[in-house]
Amino acid sequence: MYKIDKYNELAEIVAAKRAENAALEPRRMTAEEKDTLLSTFHPDYKEGEFTVLQAGKNKGEKVPTQLAQLLQGHSRISAADVDLSNPDYDTDVLIIGGGGAGASAAIEADEAGVKAMIVTKLRIGDANTMMAEGGIQAADKPNDSPAIHYLDAFGGGHFAAKPELLEKLVTKAPEAIQWLNNLGVEFDKEADGTMVTTHGGGTSRKRMHAAKDYSGAEIMRTLRDEVLNRGIPVIDFTAALEIILDENGRAAGAVLMNMETKALMVARAKTVVIATGGAGRLHYQGFPTSNHYGATADGLVLGYRVGAKLLYADTLQYHPTGAAYPEQIFGALVTEKVRSLGAKLINIDGEAFMHPLETRDVTAASIIRECSERGKGIQTEQGVGVWLDTPMIEYKNGEGTIEKRIPAMMRMFGKYGIDIRKEPILVYPTLHYQNGGLDITPDGMTGVENLFAAGEVVGGIHGRNRLMGNSLLDVIVFGRNAGIHAAAKAKETEQPKNLTLGHIEKFDAELKEAGIETDTVSPKLLPDYARKA
Amino acid sequence: MENMVNIYLFGKKYEVPAGLTIMNAMEYAGYQLIRGCGCRNGFCGACATIYRIKDKQELHACLACQTEVEEGMYVATLPFFPLVKQIYNIEEIKPTEQIMMQLYPEIYSCIGCNACTKACTQKLNVMQYIAYAQRGEYEKCAEESFDCVMCGVCSSRCPAGISHPQVAMLARRLNGKYIAPECGHLADRVKEINEGTFKQLIEDLMQKPVEELKELYNNREIEK
Repeated sequence: MYKIDKYNELAEIVAAKRAENAALEPRRMTAEEKDTLLSTFHPDYKEGEFTVLQAGKNKGEKVPTQLAQLLQGHSRISAADVDLSNPDYDTDVLIIGGGGAGASAAIEADEAGVKAMIVTKLRIGDANTMMAEGGIQAADKPNDSPAIHYLDAFGGGHFAAKPELLEKLVTKAPEAIQWLNNLGVEFDKEADGTMVTTHGGGTSRKRMHAAKDYSGAEIMRTLRDEVLNRGIPVIDFTAALEIILDENGRAAGAVLMNMETKALMVARAKTVVIATGGAGRLHYQGFPTSNHYGATADGLVLGYRVGAKLLYADTLQYHPTGAAYPEQIFGALVTEKVRSLGAKLINIDGEAFMHPLETRDVTAASIIRECSERGKGIQTEQGVGVWLDTPMIEYKNGEGTIEKRIPAMMRMFGKYGIDIRKEPILVYPTLHYQNGGLDITPDGMTGVENLFAAGEVVGGIHGRNRLMGNSLLDVIVFGRNAGIHAAAKAKETEQPKNLTLGHIEKFDAELKEAGIETDTVSPKLLPDYARKA
Repeated sequence: MENMVNIYLFGKKYEVPAGLTIMNAMEYAGYQLIRGCGCRNGFCGACATIYRIKDKQELHACLACQTEVEEGMYVATLPFFPLVKQIYNIEEIKPTEQIMMQLYPEIYSCIGCNACTKACTQKLNVMQYIAYAQRGEYEKCAEESFDCVMCGVCSSRCPAGISHPQVAMLARRLNGKYIAPECGHLADRVKEINEGTFKQLIEDLMQKPVEELKELYNNREIEK
C-alpha cells in the first residue's frame, strides 16, 4: 500500500485496465515519429544546457555545461607539488578505476604476465557495474547472430557508433559470457544449460543474459574475488589527479591522492588504463541519477587535460525508469528487465501510451512528453511520473515470477511498504549513462600513446544511444581488450624516463589564451552533498 | 517547517527531517562522506550500519542508503569490517566438501546462535546458507546467499569468527563454474565465431551506406 491515499486510488485505475492493457500490443513508432519525439523532448536536444569548449582537443564542440566547467578547470596540483623522480609505486600497467572494466583489464594484464595495479578512489566494486541489474547481451542463441546484434546496436545508437568498435563488441560477446561463466559467474539457465534470455529495448532477438536482477553485482563481485585471488595490488581510497607523461609524450603513470589523508603519491607505469566510469553524479540538467557515488567524469578530465580526444561527449542516456516515488529512492534504477518481463508503461488515465520496449532514448522522451505536453503524468513530491505496471508481470507469467526474476526490485520498494507484485510503481527518467567519452582505437588506446581507456569512460562504441545490456558487455569486452593491449604495449616499452607534468601548465596557458577565468579545479572526485550550515 | 526527528550520529545529536535515509541524514548534518558510501542504491554493501533506538534493547543492522531515520536512533556506521578472504585458484579447486574444510574450516565451529541471520541487512537466512556450505551443498548455498551484498554485518556478530560473505562467494563461484549445467549453445557460438562463420556477414554490414542500414534496421524482424 502507498502511504498516500491518492496513489492507491490512481493505482486502482491501472488495476482495472490491467487485463485489457496486458492483451494489447502497442504499435512501435516509425523512424520519423522517433526523430520528432527525440528532438522535441529528449534532454540531449535542450540547447541551453550545453557549452561549447574553448580549449583542448575538442575545442568548438558542445558538451553539458557542468562537464565543460570541469574539462576547462584547473588541476588540483601543480608540477612542483610532487617529486616525479622518486615514485611511490612502480608497475607495468596502472589501472585507474576499480569497476568492471578496471577489474577485467587487471585480470587480463596479470594473465599476460605483467605487473598490474589498480588504484580506485573508493573501493574495488564501488562502480556502476555493481548496480547494473537487467543483464548482458550476447548473440549466442541459434536464431541470433553477431551480425543481428550489430544491426540492433548500430540502429539503436542512431548509426553513429564507430563500426570497428561495435564489431569488436558484438563479435567478442559470446566469449565474454563464456569467460565470466568460467570464472564462476552464475547466469540464469534452464535445467539443460540453455541460457534464460529476454528482450531489452531495441533488441530484435532475446539475447539478454541475466543473474536475476543482480546481474552486475554477480559479475562485479566475481571479478573482484578473482583480482584478489591473483594478488593484484588494489590501492583503494586513492584517486588519480593527473596523468604523467614521459619525455616522448607517452603516458607513464599518474599522480595519486589518498582520499582520507590527502597525501600525494606518484605511480610510475609503462602503460596506463583509464577505467573511471561515468558522470551521473554531475546531475546534468538537474536530473537525479542511478549512478554510484563516484561517477563524476574524472577520467574524461584526466584524459582531456593530457591531450586525449573525446567523442560524443554531448550525448547522455536518461534511463526511462528511475524511481519517481518514494523520495528515499528518487532516481534509483528500476531495471529495464521489468519491462522485458512484460510490465507496461501506463499514464494517469490507465492507458498504455507506448510500446514498452522502444530504445531507451525514445522511451525516456516519450515519458517526458506524457508528463509535460500531454499532461498525463502523476504528480509526486519530487516532480512527476508515470506508472510502470509491475503486477502485469505476474498476471502474464504467473505468481512467483517477480520474486524469482527481480528480487532486488521487490526488496527496494518493499522497504517502503510498496509490494510491486500487487501495486504498480511510479517512474520517471533518471541520468544513467554517458554514451560519449574518450575516443579509442580498437586496441583501446586513446590519442595519447600508452594511455588506454575502457568502460563507460569510452565513447563511440554505442554511438549516440546505448541498448540495455550492452554496457555490462562493453566493460567486459573492452576491459579485457585494454588489459591485453596495455600489457603487450608495456612489454615493448622501456622504463619511462624524465617524467613530466608539463601538460598542466600547457593547458592552463590554453585556458588563459581562450579568456577562460575559473575557480573550478578538477577532477571532481566526489559530489558535494554535505549541507552547508 | 518540516517534520523533524532527533538522531544520534556516533552519539552526537542532530535534528534532521523525517523521511530521509540515514545516509542523506548524515549529509544533511554536514558530513562529506568518503567511506561508508558507494552505490547509494543497496547493491554494494559499503554503508553497513548498526543502530539502536533510544531506551530499547534490540540492536539493528541495515544499509544506511536504504533505511529511513527514526526518532531516537543511535547510529554507528561500519564502513569496513575485516573479513577473512582465502586465496585460491578457481581452475584448480573442485566443488568437494573438503574444499570448505580446507579454506574456511571455522564454519564447522558455528554454534547455531543465528545472530548472523538476525543481523543480515538483506534479510537472508545466513545461518542456513552456512549450513549448506558445511554439507558441501554449494548449489543451495549459492541460491540462499545470492542477494548478499557482502557488507559484513553478519560476520561482525559471529562468535565463531566466520566470514560468511566470503564462504558464500566461494560457493557461488563453485556453483557457477562447476555445478550449474553447461551451456551448449554458448560453446557452439564461440566456436563458430572463432572459425570466422560471421566475419563476412558483419564486414558486409560495416561497409553498407547508412541509408541502406537504416532500411535494414527499420524493417528488421523482431522476435516475439
